[in-house]
Amino acid sequence: MHELGIAASILDVVSHEAERRPQARILKVGLRIGELAGVDRDALAFGWEVLTKDTQWDGLALEMEQIPRRQRCTRCGHEFPAPDFMTACPKCADPLTATIAGDELDIAYLEVEES
Amino acid sequence: MTQVAVEKKVLNENQILAEKLRETFRQNGIFCFNIISSPGSGKTALLERTLERLPKESRVAVLTGDLQTENDAKRLARFGFPVKQIITGGTCHLDARMVEKHLADWDLANLDTLIIENVGNLVCPTGYDLGEAFKIVLLSVTEGEDKPLKYPSIFFKSALMILNKIDLLPYVPFDAEKAKENARKVHPGMEILELSCTTGQGLDDWIRWLEEKRKSVMVPA
Repeated sequence: MHELGIAASILDVVSHEAERRPQARILKVGLRIGELAGVDRDALAFGWEVLTKDTQWDGLALEMEQIPRRQRCTRCGHEFPAPDFMTACPKCADPLTATIAGDELDIAYLEVEES
Repeated sequence: MTQVAVEKKVLNENQILAEKLRETFRQNGIFCFNIISSPGSGKTALLERTLERLPKESRVAVLTGDLQTENDAKRLARFGFPVKQIITGGTCHLDARMVEKHLADWDLANLDTLIIENVGNLVCPTGYDLGEAFKIVLLSVTEGEDKPLKYPSIFFKSALMILNKIDLLPYVPFDAEKAKENARKVHPGMEILELSCTTGQGLDDWIRWLEEKRKSVMVPA
């Protein structure tokens, strides 16, 4: 259960961005969470709720975009989605493919209202 | 209403500190690795067997993390190398700040290897870079061979999987080939070593692996 710590890290970034934009009201935080990031979205939502309750951030929405895993074949260069750990290249069957997406844990954007 | 791009890693602060540690290790010629597993897979036993094989003049130090107790540090201190316990007091993983803090009173110029034994947990330590050259994940044969599929992140991020307690293979329904296949599904090409800290089988390969890795990652200053 490290999602509370992750929620706290998100809050740090949000607070920092809010200082940089004193005129703006932050309405939403957009996250990108890769399937390999090891983050439980429900636990993160819960941690976020606990952490922001009765603060100036109470009610601030977290939008989580789940990023599926994608691989690139190191032999033929083919790029493909890899659900259920099907990481071998579907084109040339090479098992040695590299992950190009799916381990993200990023704050992508903020939705703000400028006054 | 407008959308403004932020494009920051959530664990940005930890990442910045980890890069700083990595640079410190590089400047001091320290080879650092971070060992992660479930509780009871044999991280501390592996370190005991590793430390006892090292020449006394080795300049190795160990940081070992647990929620409570100094037990692991006591076990590892017997070998005469500097060991420090990081008691997280409930936190389920080590982060770069804890490592930085516990390194503060060691003379890093006098070290060439730093081993970090993380808190026993296959999930939470995964996302926290500690400045290590690489992560190593331990799996023991008394667990399930589907662990790599259940906890893919750590197997994906580790350079090496060590299959421990192989002396118990005749007595448990663990399919070692299946476990290796599962690890390589999650992490294509993953390196794997099999060993037993009880009988010593495979330990020479492990020590050799470490020395080879040290040579490949340590660029002469």
